[in-house]
Amino acid sequence: MYTQRVGYDKVEISANPPVKERSVESQSSGRRRFLKNSAALIGAAAVGVRSAGARTPAGGVENPDTGSAGMGNMDMPDLEALIAYGQRSPFVKSHRISVMERMSPDEFGMTFHVLSPLQDSVGMITPSSLHYISTHRGSYVPNIDPAEHRLLIHGMVDRPLIFTVDEIKRFPFVTRPHFLECLGNRAKPSHKTVQQTHGLTSCSEWTGVPLSLLLNEAGVQEGAAFMVAEGAETVKGATSIPIGKAMDDCLIAYGQNGEALRPQQGFPIRLLVPGFEGMHNVKYLRRLKIVDKDYMTYNDYGHIVPDARVAALTRIIGPKSIITFPSGDQKLRGPGFYEITGLAWSGSGAIQNVEISTDGGQNWKLAELRTPARPMAHVRFAYPWTWDGKECVILSRCTDELGTRQPTRAESAKFFNKPDDADFRPPGADNTVMPWRIAADGSVHNGLA
Amino acid sequence: MGWRKAAWHKGAWRKLLVLVAVFSVAQLARAQSPKYGLGRTPTAEEVHAWDISIGPDGKELPPGHGTPAEGEKVFREKGCNVCHGGTGSGGPAPTLIKSDGKKKSVYPCLVPCVDDSNVMSLHAQYATTMWDYINRAMPLNKQGTLKPDEVYSIVAFLLYKNGVIAQDQVLDQQTLPKVKMPNRDKVAAAPEWKHGLPRLAGYP
Repeated sequence: MYTQRVGYDKVEISANPPVKERSVESQSSGRRRFLKNSAALIGAAAVGVRSAGARTPAGGVENPDTGSAGMGNMDMPDLEALIAYGQRSPFVKSHRISVMERMSPDEFGMTFHVLSPLQDSVGMITPSSLHYISTHRGSYVPNIDPAEHRLLIHGMVDRPLIFTVDEIKRFPFVTRPHFLECLGNRAKPSHKTVQQTHGLTSCSEWTGVPLSLLLNEAGVQEGAAFMVAEGAETVKGATSIPIGKAMDDCLIAYGQNGEALRPQQGFPIRLLVPGFEGMHNVKYLRRLKIVDKDYMTYNDYGHIVPDARVAALTRIIGPKSIITFPSGDQKLRGPGFYEITGLAWSGSGAIQNVEISTDGGQNWKLAELRTPARPMAHVRFAYPWTWDGKECVILSRCTDELGTRQPTRAESAKFFNKPDDADFRPPGADNTVMPWRIAADGSVHNGLA
Repeated sequence: MGWRKAAWHKGAWRKLLVLVAVFSVAQLARAQSPKYGLGRTPTAEEVHAWDISIGPDGKELPPGHGTPAEGEKVFREKGCNVCHGGTGSGGPAPTLIKSDGKKKSVYPCLVPCVDDSNVMSLHAQYATTMWDYINRAMPLNKQGTLKPDEVYSIVAFLLYKNGVIAQDQVLDQQTLPKVKMPNRDKVAAAPEWKHGLPRLAGYP
């Protein structure tokens, strides 16, 4: 311990040597490890800062063992993992996967849909590195210098304004948790895991400026009905948002989970439209145009439908819940005590309650909400349960603060006067109840299959 | 609690109402003028250069024109055919011209689905959506290089090939917004959004 401290103090390459945190892995270390480590620190000192700043937009996971290949149990993380930017344990393998129907990167090297590993999730916040990705019809992740980035507000306003990112950060900020969900987050019988059935949703703690503050600075004029929001990526993805929503609770976010937004999530600034389908939450936000009608951009037109009821269900998300444990491809190791746990969210406010059924939907019991239930945010629920070792189907359903309850597929089919068969596709953003079937051997399967 | 009760004698309510009214007017006035003084006023040229949004009434469309025949040339010259297929279908990029039904797009078909393809010329409500998107997002990696005449031409070519306009139709600032798209009256708008309303009353 002591020699290590001396070693770090001597190097003095950064203002923040986390000496105490080193003690966790110092038990097995010997002198050889210390010497190697000191040498690595000195050698890496010159490049340390650059290395920290050069993390790729693709978010590639760097091997924490890079600096010590071939040293057996003398393994030491490299400087970045050690001091500059912490890494998770090499034993933790949870990772995102591409949507099978359209692989990312696609034929053009663009990212389209990437799924978050909900089966491994705990709490209500998705780690930024595991946040799902969805782009406006496929795009490259831009590498934007925040010093060069600008936001223009114009159109039906009294005073068009152009802001630097630094100026936006000078406005009074708020910090709130909000989920995002892609309209394409739809469970299919062919899906095996909850990552495949529900992985296009995530929840972060966002920090940013209420959009209404900026719009008030510009002065929205009488007759304004929509706002066109546009990103700075190559395709300049744009979408139309009702002005009432824009003035209500939208954010221009620059922070995510305690740090700057990730490039995959819109660095340096993005729009958040809480509760609306993911497509409206424009990344790399560069322009807001206040207009008198729905501008039907490329992204808007793809979501138009013949039925006004479906249009309503398409724009706003949920209420929706999903059991993340036990879920598809997981296994219960024999009868006994388990907690059924999962996530619930609604685009119309906070979750009021979550109910669990362990008998295929005949009886429902209240689950406990283990995190604060915040408007348009994931809430973590849990239900203490003793499995008797018999085959069963488990389900969750939630009710939001407006009293709207998550429908079953049968209820959705009945509403639209359609037969509840394998071909039925719940219209709009699918928020129907998801069944997981637990076999007698403890294996868990997609209940839609 | 006695002091509170004493304060709320009859006249106090009236005074309070007046106070609230004065305060509200002050707030309203404040909401209409900038409070923080951050940001700067862009020049008209800056706004013009940044503003690539074309609305359904086409008022932002730039001068220029194009015909289907010119568009067919541009389609090849600019390499649209490389990704979208020589006939506007069957390529790795989305289908642009409805196919004969044999070549299917790899992309999921959007509702309303036409010939198993999400063909923009048939699906979009307004031709301005096509002009806007081609101008802002195409060709891949060469965005922003098409001239207005070229965009008008490509839109004309695609609309003609999908049977929406005649072969001799010229598209420009005036004619393009007037094109009657097949889907114009077949889609429904989402209801007006209001805070606190359920997304669809009665569902489920």
